[in-house]
Amino acid sequence: MYRYDEFDHQMVQARVDQFREQVERRLSGALTEDAFKPLRLMNGVYLQLHAYMLRIAIPYGTVSSRQMRKLAHIAREYDRGYGHFTTRQNIQFNWPELVRIPDILQELADVEMHAIQTSGNCIRNVTADQYAGAIVDEIEDPRILSEIIRQWSTFHPEFSFLPRKFKIAVSAHEQDRAAIRFHDIGISIERDPAGAIGYTVYVGGGLGRTPFIGKCIGTLIAPRDILAYLEAVMRVYNRFGRRDNSYKARIKILVHEIGEEAMRQEVEAEFAKNKSRGHLALPEAEQARITAYFADPEFEDLAEDCATFDDARRDNADFDHWVRQNTVPHKQSGYVIVNVSLKPIGGVPGDATDVQMDGLADIAEAYALDEIRVTHEQNLVLPHVRKQDLYTVYQKLCDLDLATSNLGLITDQIACPGLDYCNLANARSIPIAQQVSERFASRERQDAIGKLSIKISGCINACGHHHIGNIGILGVDKKGTENYQLTLGGRPDEQAAIGEITGPAFTEDTVVDAIETIVDTYLDLKIDQENFIDTYRRVGMAPFKERLYG
Amino acid sequence: MAQHATKGARFHAITANRLDNGEVVYFHAQKNWQSDIARAAVLDGADALDALMIEALSSRFSQTVVDLYAFAVDDPANHDANAPVHPLSVREIIRAAGPTIRLDLGKQADAPRA
Repeated sequence: MYRYDEFDHQMVQARVDQFREQVERRLSGALTEDAFKPLRLMNGVYLQLHAYMLRIAIPYGTVSSRQMRKLAHIAREYDRGYGHFTTRQNIQFNWPELVRIPDILQELADVEMHAIQTSGNCIRNVTADQYAGAIVDEIEDPRILSEIIRQWSTFHPEFSFLPRKFKIAVSAHEQDRAAIRFHDIGISIERDPAGAIGYTVYVGGGLGRTPFIGKCIGTLIAPRDILAYLEAVMRVYNRFGRRDNSYKARIKILVHEIGEEAMRQEVEAEFAKNKSRGHLALPEAEQARITAYFADPEFEDLAEDCATFDDARRDNADFDHWVRQNTVPHKQSGYVIVNVSLKPIGGVPGDATDVQMDGLADIAEAYALDEIRVTHEQNLVLPHVRKQDLYTVYQKLCDLDLATSNLGLITDQIACPGLDYCNLANARSIPIAQQVSERFASRERQDAIGKLSIKISGCINACGHHHIGNIGILGVDKKGTENYQLTLGGRPDEQAAIGEITGPAFTEDTVVDAIETIVDTYLDLKIDQENFIDTYRRVGMAPFKERLYG
Repeated sequence: MAQHATKGARFHAITANRLDNGEVVYFHAQKNWQSDIARAAVLDGADALDALMIEALSSRFSQTVVDLYAFAVDDPANHDANAPVHPLSVREIIRAAGPTIRLDLGKQADAPRA
């Protein structure tokens, strides 16, 4: 993984020192809140319902055991003993005190972490496939390009005051696990017919109050030209993006209003200028330098078959189920990708205690080549685990209550913090997730339902990605009462789809029953091994609507 | 300044967050910021609200808080004298107590158990 050089250390330390002084001036009254707010947002500091909230960047979701231990320490010493992993592969702490945040940032800097540009109208944390560097059939490690983009976009003077926030995601596999088509810029790393790597760029995707699927406006951009291309997109956005209305300020609105072809032409014109100037050409030496940070770890030469692993599966039904559900084949023989679910039955999706973070750090250090990933679906990944160690890892995860065997199943939900924490929310999301989780707790029932994603947002800002859940739940305020609107048919991947509203919203007391009605309808209609989304695409909304509303 | 007021509400209270630590606080009739919602001043009618709001927003009282606003509450006469202040919105109820999914967090964790 990437290691800070002297410039990185200097920049992050300077930012810590700068923010410490800004906090001091705010506390003394020398800075008003109006002047301070954009500064604190650029350092990931929000004011939420109960307290400040600090969002810490985890670049492309990659963190070491040392860094995870630091996050555990921050949870313990500066917060209330837990953190929340987010849908942008970051972590949030819900109870920091402003007066102590500079100290938190210093502690983060000591382990090469920061909270820079995790909020504000700037380019945010670049997210990527959580299986980067581990999955079979990957074109190249998407974290290489993600790191290049991170370095290009951090403190970029031209793009620090955009019309609105800007989110970039990178995928390098035919299966898109990074939801790139729902980002302001989504990049698919591909090979051209000659086998050379190129970057296909989608622009104008997004969720929120007006969801859009990104438009492919650049195909197989050469690696040398990618920064020139991205800068062209940003310049077009910066020039034409609306600043008069924050609800219409995202690039998705610009693309929608001027059209895909006009956007392409504007970007191509700007791209041509950038290329002619040459200063944004990515030197091969620099690309090689960044690439070297993401070289494969020192894998052992292992056989794919492992007798002890097979024996453990045969002798322990729970372990066997967990292997089938939570592990993924690794590109290296004898290794496995392990998904660590942060969705215990009845638990808070995405939350982890300091004890769990410390424990996971120990496991990663001992058994996973010292690396942990955060997924945008609020789970964690141990990307490189030897098959011979898998049962031991499983047992240790059990001891930490981190072995819920539900990846991709109905209880593996995304839920935003909602009205329990968030200043913007209209309704609570976490209690609904907990009730759904408990309703469908039975492993047998979950297996019978199969792959089904539920995503819950507490307001139209859609931080819970409800638009792209197979079942989406949107909390709304109906005359002071929390109500829940349902959508069906969303998917975040390469077959991107925005969910369709079923009809009138449900109350807190009836929404889980409605979910169960939807699930039962699917089970009645499914053919063979169809997943929910396949059945929905075959039969459409009508049968579900009929069963929900009569 | 946000106002989370229920349309047509008669009674309001004033709230903010402490600048240094983000704690939720309420403006007291004796013109200071209190942690306990039970000690919040309840203003009957728009004139009373405006008058106290001017005080709360003055530099004397606003320097130590952030995001100050008024929110609707129920008629205190409908409630026990020891706990007279009841927000009308779910948001303010949660804000006064703490997250509903973690009863060990927020002000509810410090409240004396029944």
